[in-house]
Amino acid sequence: MTIQVLIPTPLQKFTGDQASVALDASSVDELIVALDGAFPGLKERLCDEQGKLRRFLNVYVNSEDIRFLENQTTALKAGDEVSIVPAVAGG
Amino acid sequence: MTATLSSVTFKGLRCKECGHPYEATARHVCEDVCFGPLEVVYDYDAIRARTSRASIEAGPVSIWRYRDFLPIEGDPIDVGTGFTPLLRANRLARRLGLKHLYIKNDGVNMPTLSFKDRVVSVALTRARELGFSTVSCASTGNLANSTAAIAAHAGMECCVFIPSDLEAGKVLGTLIYNPTLMAVKGNYDQVNRLCCEVANTYGWGFVNINLRPYYSEGSKTLGFEVIEQLGWKLPDHIVAPLASGSLFTKIRKGFDEFIKVGLVDEKPVRFSGAQAEGCSPIAQAFAAGRDFITPVKPHTIAKSIAIGNPADGPYALDLAYKSGGTIAAVTDEEIVAGIQLLAETEGIFTETAGGTTIAVLKKLVEQGKIDPEETTVAYITGNGLKTTEAVTSVVGEALSIEPQLASFNAAWERAQSLQRATWESVGV
Repeated sequence: MTIQVLIPTPLQKFTGDQASVALDASSVDELIVALDGAFPGLKERLCDEQGKLRRFLNVYVNSEDIRFLENQTTALKAGDEVSIVPAVAGG
Repeated sequence: MTATLSSVTFKGLRCKECGHPYEATARHVCEDVCFGPLEVVYDYDAIRARTSRASIEAGPVSIWRYRDFLPIEGDPIDVGTGFTPLLRANRLARRLGLKHLYIKNDGVNMPTLSFKDRVVSVALTRARELGFSTVSCASTGNLANSTAAIAAHAGMECCVFIPSDLEAGKVLGTLIYNPTLMAVKGNYDQVNRLCCEVANTYGWGFVNINLRPYYSEGSKTLGFEVIEQLGWKLPDHIVAPLASGSLFTKIRKGFDEFIKVGLVDEKPVRFSGAQAEGCSPIAQAFAAGRDFITPVKPHTIAKSIAIGNPADGPYALDLAYKSGGTIAAVTDEEIVAGIQLLAETEGIFTETAGGTTIAVLKKLVEQGKIDPEETTVAYITGNGLKTTEAVTSVVGEALSIEPQLASFNAAWERAQSLQRATWESVGV
């Protein structure tokens, strides 16, 4: 199941400057493992020691924040787009 | 021309979470370690050596009187931003049962009538120094107004993003400066996510994304000014609206920096925050005693503070807990009543965010969470003329009369009896 992942600028040095990568995974957790397999060291950036996504990082599946879904166990299907976005200020 | 090197008082950026250092370029997250937000590092010894109460008082009547505390290298873009009135609010104080209440009125900030002019003045000055020719932002309205206006003044290209359901005044108040305006079919959090994706591929300066460490420093001036305007004293309690939570924490940082360099004596200040019930992720976390924020989907008339996923929420929460403050939420009806109350008692017409602040102020007094003896400052961050939709149904109508004295006399009598009825129901 191929998932399109949007990579934020600060992480593009891991992906050879690619802003978007395609990977196979059936859940967000699996996707994190797949990302780390393709781009070693990436998981350590995304997650804390317990494997939990860092608190200043937002992850969206098809534009929906995974905290409104099943968090890291959120299921993915072919064609889904996952976006990784560091928290930003606003107003 | 840029100033000499010795006038630069900041040294670089640092992760607020893990302390990892970074150069002072356009970046906002700790990409090498933990993804925490970056903040500016200053040389406080240099600032202490350069500043005094007298040197600040002799400076420009704008945020740039605090230039040594702001992260720029050369000449600022000075459009008269800042040094807005701090009003002693005696009539509102009496109505609420307080003795020492002040309103910091950024609804008359320049050039676009909200506190955002502070952050944008700093962000665009820094953007120019970093070589950006196009600036952008994700906005709930006020930030778009300010970015478009100051970009126009500075001669920079501008493309800004807003949710498509904003108030007409906020949209017009951006379009008039002729930027490219993208109205995104979604809420602010979706706009923000889109902008992050745009920022990944376009080499623009996004004031609230890659310029965020510089941008957010502008809010400190709301702390500096209150200290100076209180006669170089700290207040006892502040009440401010919470959207991303950045303003709230930067007011504290402003207080801390003046203490650090010896411009004001230290004392405890309680920090209380205001949210609309329809978008209250920080207030909900506070009520539950949590130290983390669960995002929400906004649904409130207070669109300027409708951020469901507040980036600085954890820090705002921490500040309220540690300072002995409260974070509370009020309904849309209470927000409208708050707008009316401030207008009728103090002659200040604020937008929905200000109505939220006044409504929460009232609520906290009623709950005994503000001591009547405390010197309390309520921060009003935006102007009511931008969100007229919120109050059109409650302001009543003009009395239509003929150009004849008899017509006036009849209408005046009617108006007097209507007012008497209102007085009897409200009391003074």
